[in-house]
Order: sequence, then C-alpha cells, then structure tokens
Amino acid sequence: MTSAAIPPQTTSAVAMIRTLGLIAALCGLIIVSAYQGTYDAVQENKRIAVERAVFKVIPTAKSIVEYAAAPIGTIVKVGAGGTAPNAVPEGAVKFYAGYDASGKLSGIAAEGVAKGYSDNVRILYAYDPATAMISGFGVVAMRETPGIGDKILVDKGFLASFPLQASLSADGAILSREIVTVKHGSKANPWEIDAITGATITSRAVGRAINDSAKRLLPRIVPRISELKEQP
Amino acid sequence: MTLTSVTRWDEFMEGIWRQNPLFVMVLGLCPALAVTVSAVNALSMGLATTFVLTCSCVLVSLLRKLIPKEVRIATYIVIIATFVTVVDYLIQAVSLALYDALGAFIQLIVVNCIILGRAEAHASKNPLLPTLINALGMSAGFTIGLFALGSVREILGAGTFFGIPLFGPDFQPWVVMVLPPGGFFVLGAWLLIFAAIARRKQRKLAEATQNA
Amino acid sequence: MHESAAQIFINAFLANNFVLAMFLGLCPFIGVSGKLETAVPMGAASTFVMLVASLCAFGINILLDHLGLEFLRLIAYIVIIASTVQLVEMVLKKYSPGLFRALGIYLPLITTNCAVLGVALFQTAREYDFVQSITFAVGAGAGFTLALVLMASVRERLQLSDVPAVAQGTALSLMLAGILSLAFMGFAGLGG
Repeated sequence: MTSAAIPPQTTSAVAMIRTLGLIAALCGLIIVSAYQGTYDAVQENKRIAVERAVFKVIPTAKSIVEYAAAPIGTIVKVGAGGTAPNAVPEGAVKFYAGYDASGKLSGIAAEGVAKGYSDNVRILYAYDPATAMISGFGVVAMRETPGIGDKILVDKGFLASFPLQASLSADGAILSREIVTVKHGSKANPWEIDAITGATITSRAVGRAINDSAKRLLPRIVPRISELKEQP
Repeated sequence: MTLTSVTRWDEFMEGIWRQNPLFVMVLGLCPALAVTVSAVNALSMGLATTFVLTCSCVLVSLLRKLIPKEVRIATYIVIIATFVTVVDYLIQAVSLALYDALGAFIQLIVVNCIILGRAEAHASKNPLLPTLINALGMSAGFTIGLFALGSVREILGAGTFFGIPLFGPDFQPWVVMVLPPGGFFVLGAWLLIFAAIARRKQRKLAEATQNA
Repeated sequence: MHESAAQIFINAFLANNFVLAMFLGLCPFIGVSGKLETAVPMGAASTFVMLVASLCAFGINILLDHLGLEFLRLIAYIVIIASTVQLVEMVLKKYSPGLFRALGIYLPLITTNCAVLGVALFQTAREYDFVQSITFAVGAGAGFTLALVLMASVRERLQLSDVPAVAQGTALSLMLAGILSLAFMGFAGLGG
C-alpha cells in the first residue's frame, strides 16, 4: 500500500493511465451492451408485474392505464408523449385505473407504504369509485416474519375488514374518517381494520399505508373521476 | 487418462472440496447467509456468482500481462463491477420476482471476497485454461455450499423444498430457520460437521501411521 | 412515506442491525472480533468510511441521475469507495499519524466490506435525502461497531472457558452470532 513497497522499476504514469483507460472503455462497452440488450425484456417484465398486481386487486379489470394526480388538481397520463417513459410530475401521486372489457372504469389502484415489523411494507390497494370504498389490497414487497406478519394475506378476520369506507368530507379536502387499525375483535365501524392477534404491528402498517396514501390521492381524483370514466 | 487431465480434474475438485470457499475458507459470508432462505434463491445466487467469478477471472487472465501492478486491484474491481452490473440486468430480464428476492445482494456480489481473492491469487498469474478450471471449481464449491444452506433452511423453516410441501399440512415450520439467526445457526452447524469429519480423518491417519 | 432521522438511526442501529439482521460486513465481523481493543478502532474506521462513502454516493447519484446513466451506478460507487479509502488513508497519514497508526491496518480491509457498499446501495434504493443519508450512514456504522464490540466481549470471555475442540473457531463464532442475532430480533418494530 505504501510507496516504499513499489519496486524501483515502476510502470510509467502514462502506461498506467493508458491501460486503465483501455480497461474502463472495455468495461463500459460491456455494461452498455448488456443494458441495451436487456432493456426491452426488463421493461416488459416490469409492466407485466404491475399488471398482474393491479389485476389481482381489481379482479374485474381487463386493462390498465397509469396516471399521475398533481396537487393542483390535474390528472395526466403517465408516459403519454413524454421522453422519459416513467416520469411523474413533481409532487404528483401515481395511480392505476383499471378498465373492464367494455372500457368502463372498474377501479383505481395505488401504492401505499408504511413501516412494518422488520422493514417497510409496500402494498397496492384498490379503491372503488362507485361505492367510495377500499375494496382490497395486495402486497408488493415486505420482509415481515413468515408465519406471523404474512398472515395479513390469509387471515379471514383481517380480510373481512374490507371493503373499507373511504368517503371524503363535505368540502372534499380530507377523508371524512381516517382509516385506522383497531384491536382484534373491536372493529365497529366501516373505516376500521380488525388487527390480527400477534401481528398487530403488521396489521397497523397496512392500515397506515392505505390511510396515508388515500388521504393524499382521493381528494385529488374523486372530484375529477368523470375524466377517468372511459378508457382513453 | 493423461497426466494433465488428472491434474486438471484435481484442480477443479480443489474448489469443491479441499478449498471450498464457504466451508473451508469461510469467505463470501454475506450473500451466503442473506439470500439462502430457500433452495431456489440459493441456487440463483450461486449461478450469478459463478457467472461473475468465471467471466472476471477469464478477463483478468487474458489481460494479466497488460495490467500494471500498481493499479491491479482497482482494475480487478472495475472488471468485477462490470460483470455484476451485467448479471444484475440479466436477472431483471429473466425474472423480477427473483430480482426482488435477492434484492441488493446481487449488486453486493462486487464485494464478495472470493472473487477478488481468486482474481488476485490465481487469475493474475495463470493462463486462460487453468484459470477457467479453477474459477469453475471455486464457483461450483460456492454454489454447492449455498445450496446446502438454502435447502436445510427451506426444509426446516418452511417445510418445503423448491416450493413443494414435504411434510403435509400438520407440519409446524421452524420459522427461526428462515430468519437471520437461523442463517448463522445452520452455517455454524455445517462447519461443525465439516470440522468433525476433518478431525476424524486426522485421527485415523495418525492411528495408521502409529500402527505402521 | 417520510421517515424521521431518529427512526432511520434506530432502524440501522438496532432493529435492522447491519451485521446481525442484514448480514452485511460479516467478514470483518468474524475476522476482527477476537479482541475488544481491535474491535473498537475497526468499528470507528468503518463508520468514518461509511459516512464519507455515503456523502460521495449521494453526490454521484445526483450526477448520474442527471445524466441518465443509472447503469453505471454500481461501478461508480465501488470505484468511489475504493478511492475514498485510499484518500482517507493518505490524509490520516499526513495530518493525524496517531490515528493512522490506530486505524491504518484496517483501512484496506474496509474496501471489500460489504457494509460500506451496502450503505450506498440502500440509501439509493430507499431514495433518502441528504440528512436521511447521513443519519443512515452513522446509524449503520454505530450498529456495526456495536455488533463488533458485543461479539468481541463475548469471545474474550470464551477464551477462558472449556469449549470442545471440534467447535472452536468459526463454527463457534457463527453460533454466537446466531444467539446475538436472536437477541437483536427483540428490537424489531422499535423504529415504527
């Protein structure tokens, strides 16, 4: 490591830079060709993964369109004519609109994230505009304890909490009732989620993820839901 | 069989048995423990490492006369990082589910000491063919090690093997095995078994020399 | 979702301890945790490099994003870390020979410490901002040091106890790490 360790006849700096440059160029070439070669397959995989997740939470959907809802109340289609295919405007919330076979809106899906027991729990939940209810959710990624935290996908009592009420207040700026997770067995209202005994933290994360996201998204899209009614 | 093919086979086996990177040299522990929650993940990680190790060693071996001594480590790291990036995109293209399961540990192959160690200790001094054989042997040894860890953890921790249930619905999985502590325990147990075998061999050898 | 600095710190330090829950930096953890007096400087040196690497990675990431060259991220990070380590070594040698003597031999080891690259990769994947990144790096370094110190203390005591010959060495260290990791699982959910 020290200069004393280098033997007297050292390689000249020019030779070193030349070799390093050559190798860097070679490596750059390899990386770029790998990136270009796999780009289409990777994008296709990502699209399929999103579609599969959305179709799972909106079972009646046959096709999806990706939108972003900006804070000032406009809704733009993501990837429409833009240069970057996945660019979302600053501060906007991304969501997916699912359309059935006849091109009618069958549901809205959006991502939510909250801290769970061992890491972030990322979920995708579905909002049904016709009834103003959260109809269900699916997990995008989580590292919860197998056999305990991952019960959120199978526990009957927990899943029976859905659909959840998610109506807006009179002025449309906030949720009329925040979605909360309550202790197992004490669910009394349509906006409450019945926690799983022994997996309270994960249950609460699901509630928080839905609430945080719905609180931001729904006031922006519900007043303009008519723009989304038909498949573009 | 000619003499050279015997030594080549020997060199290949060295990575699998006598110098097994995981069980004997105890290198590359991070991916070995982090991704081996199931047999599939373990095998995929093993194959990804095989690809990176083999390609990097081949390239290092081909360029060994060109690379100045003073900057060799930096060069090796750049070469390894290149192939890791390639494998990262390849896995994304093959299966996103697998990519999510392996997570950041695909990119962390870059700092897997086995690869830099092989590049420095073997590939930088040997021509193409021996390097290739040595790299393949080492990767096979690492993959076998990962697979041994992954299958034990999946069978005990989830009651499945390659996702196929083994014990019927009444099996209560030993969940701790797929959690972080289980990784340490299973690898520790494997090392104990290997140490026990090695000691037994030594004792037998000592007895044999005493009798003779 | 916005995580507060305290949450990030607790998470990286205890709940998702880099060594015992995320399996990062295991090689030095097993290799250099024999004695308490080497464990502390190793932890300090790693924390320092993590902090510097995290800052560099933050800058580099902005640059690469700006240029649309995300596919060069990994190679850029590793080169940055390797050169940071060299730079830190040189600076320490010139301006703080005492500190250099204490940390010097550990610095080259840190280049291949996956915890350092892990900090850079995770902060990018989680899209942390500047303050969050620094907190994450410090928390991760503190967690790494804590794990190293705990392990070293246990191993120092073990030297006085009667362990079966077959279990000595790495196998025993791994079993110990398993028990420590089990204990650290109790911290899970703390950063919620």
